Amino acid sequence: MSMINYASREINCKIVYYGPGLGGKTTNLEHVYGKVKPDTRGKLISLATETERTLFFDFLPVDLGTIRGFKTRFHLYTVPGQVYYNASRKLILKGVDGIVFVADSQIERMEANQEAMQNLYDNMAEYGYDLTKMPFLIQYNKRDLPNAAPLGELQNALNPGWEVQDPARQRLTPDPYHAGENLVEQVPTGEWIERATYFEAVAVTGDGVFDTLKAVSKLVLKTLA
Amino acid sequence: MSVGSASWSFTEDDFGAITTSLQKLLFECNARCALLVDRSGQLVATVGEQPHFDPTAFATLTAADFSANDQLAKLIGETDFNSLFHQGEKESMYLADVARRVILVVLFDTRTTLGLVRLKMKETVGDLTKLFEEVFSRGTGGQGQPEGLLHGAEDEIDKLFG
Repeated sequence: MSMINYASREINCKIVYYGPGLGGKTTNLEHVYGKVKPDTRGKLISLATETERTLFFDFLPVDLGTIRGFKTRFHLYTVPGQVYYNASRKLILKGVDGIVFVADSQIERMEANQEAMQNLYDNMAEYGYDLTKMPFLIQYNKRDLPNAAPLGELQNALNPGWEVQDPARQRLTPDPYHAGENLVEQVPTGEWIERATYFEAVAVTGDGVFDTLKAVSKLVLKTLA
Repeated sequence: MSVGSASWSFTEDDFGAITTSLQKLLFECNARCALLVDRSGQLVATVGEQPHFDPTAFATLTAADFSANDQLAKLIGETDFNSLFHQGEKESMYLADVARRVILVVLFDTRTTLGLVRLKMKETVGDLTKLFEEVFSRGTGGQGQPEGLLHGAEDEIDKLFG
């Protein structure tokens, strides 16, 4: 639920980083915090346990520029990834404008990724939000690890695509971030499917962190255009 | 319900009416500062003494506080807690729900009493509820939507993100 404040000339949008525990959601925010100019960001708030596991959420406000004289301010949130904290995880989704699913590329975490993705769909559905109709993308994190699953395998498991029923949207749409790939396409069985766009990342070094943030912010602003 | 239909925006006139209502409240109950926070954690307005803390962080934590307490209420069989009170040694805060979408927070110290703050807030919550219901009905009715604001700005958005 974006908020436009005409008095302070601000557009405020909420982006949530979702995904399995220890997948790198907090690391994404920490990297953004460390890299953007101090005058364009606020405090990084972390409600974490003593062992630095997210208990409720992390929060970071960042200004990404001005459009039509309005400051675009993005509120970045992470959720606690651990299964145990679903009640608090769900609360963070309230009023969300865009979602980044941070997947852990390690083969051993495939099941945890799938469980978290299912949990995201379920929690969004409980609020009446349709994940397929809002800014949503996937970040495959930890691509540098030797036990990282091949990209194709992760895509098949987490981003197989959803059916496009609206005839107006049934047209070949190339993925602007991956040459030769499509976001909307017709599969051999004749159905039209759409996939979320994705990014590969190594959040600890910052690789792909800003690409992901820029892409989701752009998607969110385009829903207002 | 699409996420777009949940978007809302308010004009300078709305902002003026909100500010007037909050200033009246502060005057009547001798509190220091009033903040309005939307349930998703966005700061809507601040009136009174300028807070010496980070208001954005404050707004986020307020929304989280209220949401967590809503869930606690459900666990004990209540639909919600429409107000919360946090008492400190010198500074205290009283939070109240407005139209199920916004939270009114009043910060006060020993110059006033909880009883007076609570009493006066009840009137203000009534006024603000009417005002916000109007704002929300406008938002979901398609008027005052941000479409006009960023319509045709695709190129500018592309440029912003390179």
